Amino acid sequence: MACSATAQIIQPLSINSARSVDNSGACTKILSPSSFLGSTPRINKKLFAVNKSISSLARRPTIVFAVSSDVVKEKKLKSNSSLSNLLITKEEGLELYEDMYLGRAFEDMCAQMYYRGKMFGFVHLYNGQEAVSTGFIKLLKKEDCVVSTYRDHVHSLSKGVPAREVMSELFGKTTGCCRGQGGSMHMFSKEHNVLGGFAFIGEGIPVATGAAFTSKYKREVFKEDCDEVTLAFFGDGTCNNGQFFECLNMAALWKLPIVFVVENNLWAIGMSHVRATSDPQIWKKGPAFGMPGVHVDGMDVLKVREVAKEAIGRARRGEGPTLVECETYRFRGHSLADPDELRDPAEKAHYATRDPITALKKYIAENKLASEAELKAIDKKIDELVEDAVEFADRSPVPARNQLLENVFADPRGFGIGPDGKYRCEDPKFTEGTAQV
Amino acid sequence: MAAMLQAIGGASPSVAFSDHYNKSSVSSIRSFPVIRSDARSSSGSIHGSFKPGKIITKATATQTESSASAASKPGHELLMFEALREGLEEEMDRDPRVCVFGEDVGHYGGSYKVTKGLAQKYGDLRVLDTPIAENSFTGMAVGAAMTGLRPVVEGMNMGFLLLAFNQISDNCGMLHYTSGGQFTIPTVIRGPGGVGRQLGAEHSQRLESYFQSIPGIQLVACSTVYNAKGLMKAAIRSENPVVLFEHVLLYNLKERIPDEEYVLSLEEAEMVRPGEHITILTYSRMRYHVMQAAKTLVNKGYDPEVIDIRSLKPFDLYTIGNSVKKTHRVLIVEECMRTGGIGASLTAAINENFHDYLDAPIVCLSSQDVPTPYAGTLEEWTVVQPSQIVAAVEQLCK
Repeated sequence: MACSATAQIIQPLSINSARSVDNSGACTKILSPSSFLGSTPRINKKLFAVNKSISSLARRPTIVFAVSSDVVKEKKLKSNSSLSNLLITKEEGLELYEDMYLGRAFEDMCAQMYYRGKMFGFVHLYNGQEAVSTGFIKLLKKEDCVVSTYRDHVHSLSKGVPAREVMSELFGKTTGCCRGQGGSMHMFSKEHNVLGGFAFIGEGIPVATGAAFTSKYKREVFKEDCDEVTLAFFGDGTCNNGQFFECLNMAALWKLPIVFVVENNLWAIGMSHVRATSDPQIWKKGPAFGMPGVHVDGMDVLKVREVAKEAIGRARRGEGPTLVECETYRFRGHSLADPDELRDPAEKAHYATRDPITALKKYIAENKLASEAELKAIDKKIDELVEDAVEFADRSPVPARNQLLENVFADPRGFGIGPDGKYRCEDPKFTEGTAQV
Repeated sequence: MAAMLQAIGGASPSVAFSDHYNKSSVSSIRSFPVIRSDARSSSGSIHGSFKPGKIITKATATQTESSASAASKPGHELLMFEALREGLEEEMDRDPRVCVFGEDVGHYGGSYKVTKGLAQKYGDLRVLDTPIAENSFTGMAVGAAMTGLRPVVEGMNMGFLLLAFNQISDNCGMLHYTSGGQFTIPTVIRGPGGVGRQLGAEHSQRLESYFQSIPGIQLVACSTVYNAKGLMKAAIRSENPVVLFEHVLLYNLKERIPDEEYVLSLEEAEMVRPGEHITILTYSRMRYHVMQAAKTLVNKGYDPEVIDIRSLKPFDLYTIGNSVKKTHRVLIVEECMRTGGIGASLTAAINENFHDYLDAPIVCLSSQDVPTPYAGTLEEWTVVQPSQIVAAVEQLCK
C-alpha cells in the first residue's frame, strides 16, 4: 500500500470511518490524524483516509492525468535537494510574503471595522487561505483575468487593486472600486481585470469561462498574439453545483485557457465537505472531463506556486484547462456573522499550526533568503498601508443621490421614453437621481 | 396626412404584406446613429368618423397598391427567419466581435433556421454550437461580453432560458451596476417563445413576464419581418443587454423589406393603425389577432387605433400616452398570463400617468392562467382570439 505512485487507480473512498483506515483500496497512508478533516466535536470518528502528511517536503500532489507528471518529478527533485535549487529567489520570496501579509492584515482590519460599524452586510474573510491567492495570482500578468466568489477581497488585492479602493468599497464610499455599488461580495476592476466578486456560488465560473473564450477568440478570429489566461476561484461547496460541471465540460471541449482553482477549506458555512459530497476528492473530477486534476497543499505557498506555474503554463500554451484542488482552511468563520461554533477546535488548532505566512517566514529564514529585519520592515509597511486605506475610506464621501440611476444601463436610453416624448435620461432630474424612471 | 403602416391581420402565417417604406412620416426608419423620428403624432384616420354600412375588406383606410408586380417594387421579399438572419449577418459582417452562442446554431443552422449558413461563413468559433447547458453558456456570454465580445445568445425555445435565469438576472442585468459602470454587457438574448401549435405547456411559455422586473435589461418583441430585422440590428448594436422575443408562429411571415440598411429604435412603439375610438395595445403575435378583429370592427363601424408596443421594457409612454389622450379608452391584448404579465404592468403605468384621460377602466385581455394544454381546442381557449377582442371593444365603446 505504498502511496508514492503518481498514477493510481482511484477507488471510491468509504465514508464509514471504522473500516476506512485499514481497508481502503486507495493507496494512501495516514500520517496525520485525519479526524480533523471536516470534523465537528460531535463526530469523533475518522471520516476518511486521504494522504495528509505533516511533513510538507515529503508531500506530493496526487495526480492522475499523465500530463502533470512533470510537476511531480520536479517536486521529487526539490524535496531531495531542498537546500540548493531553491524554489524562489529573494525578491520573489519577499513579494510573496508581502502579498500574503497584506491579505492577512487587510482582512484583520476588515473585521475590526465591521465590529466598529464601518461596514455592513455580509463580509467573508480570507484568513488562512492567503497561500492560494498569492501562489496563483502573483504569476499573472495584468491582462490576465481573475474571477472569484464573495470571498474576494484578497484576490482583488493580489491582482493589484489598491487597498484604498477595496477598503472604500467596503465602507460603501464613492471612491471604492465599484463606486460603492458592489460591496464586499462584488469587487470588480476593469483596470486590473478582476471580473468579480459574485454572491451566488458557481455564478462566476461561467463568466470566467467566457473570459477565457474571449482570449481564444482573439487568437483564432482576430489572429492576435493573445495568451491571456483566466483563473476561476471557488470553494468546495461549489463543486457540487451544476455550473461547475457544465463549465469543466465546455472548457475542456474547447481547450479554453482557464485554470479552475478549488479552495477546498472543507466547510461550506456549516456543511462539512464530506457530508455534502459523494466523492470528496475534487481533483478527480478533472480527468472525468478530460483535463488534469491536481491536488495540492494549499497552506504552502511554494507548492501552490509550483502547481500554478504548470497549470498557467498549460493554459498559455493553448493546451487547455486544469483543475487544481487546494486543500486549505479558513481561520475565521464563513462570514463575520457566523459564530463558527460547529467546527472542531482541534481541527482549527491543527490548521493554525500550518499558517501559510508562518511557513513562508520559516522557509525564508531557514534558507537565509532575507533577514528578520527585512520581513519586519515589510510588516510595518503593510500595516501603514492598511491604516492609510482605512483613513482614506473614512474621509471619502458617500455616494450622492445623483449616483442612483447612473450605471443601471450602459446606454441610459434603456430607461425609455417618458410621456412628454423625451428620453427619461434627458430629464434634468435624472442626473439628480430623482427622475421617475 | 399621415401615411399609415399597413398590415393585414390574419392568424395564418404566410400572408403577404404591403410595403412599409413607402410611408412618409409615421415611420421608424432611422439613419445612423439611431435617431428618433419627428412625426410622432398621427393625425387621425383618413375617413373620419365611422360610416356604418360600408363593408371594407381591409382594416386600413387607404387602399394599398396591390396590383403592381413584384419585380417593379423596390426592396426584397423574405420570410421572418430570413430577415432575422439577414440582420444578424449584416451585424456580424460589420463587427467581428459579434458572435453567436446557442444549441444547434452552427452546423444545424438553428432549429428555426435563423443562423443557417452562418457557421459555414464565419467558422465554428463565431457561431458556437454549445452543449446543452443554458445557465453556463449564458454566463459565458456575459464573461465574453465583459471582456470585449458582443455575443448573441440563442435560446432554442425561450422557455429553456428559465435555466439561465440566474445568469440573466444577476449577471446580465446587474453587473454593469454592481461593477460601478466598469463593465458593459452588450449581449442579445433571443429565441422563439409564445404559444405555438400544440407544442405543450413547457414549449409554450411567455417569458417576458418573468424577465420584466430584472433591472438593467431591455425587452423587445418583434412582430413583422420589417421590425424583426431592424430590432435585431438595434439590439446587437446596443450597449445594454437586450432580450429579443420572437414568436414561434411568426417565423414564416413573408414581407417585402427595403434593400437599404435600417436600424429601428429599441424604445419606441409602432403605430399600426391610427384610429379615434379606442386604443388597442398589443405586441408579437397578438398583433395579428388584433388586426383581424380590427377588420371586423371597422365593418361594424368602429375605428380602433392599434399600437404594437414592441418595447416591453421600457414602455414607450409617449406614443401610448398620445393615443390615450386621443381615444380615452384602452384595451390591452397580450399573450402573457393574466397574473403579473406585461399587460398588468402596462395597465398600472397607464393608470398612473394618464388617469385623467381615461373614460373607462383599462381592459386587459391576456391568456388564461393555465399551463398551455396540448389539445387544440383547449389551447385555442387559453389564448385571446379575435372574437373576444371584438366583444371587448364593443363593451368598452358602449
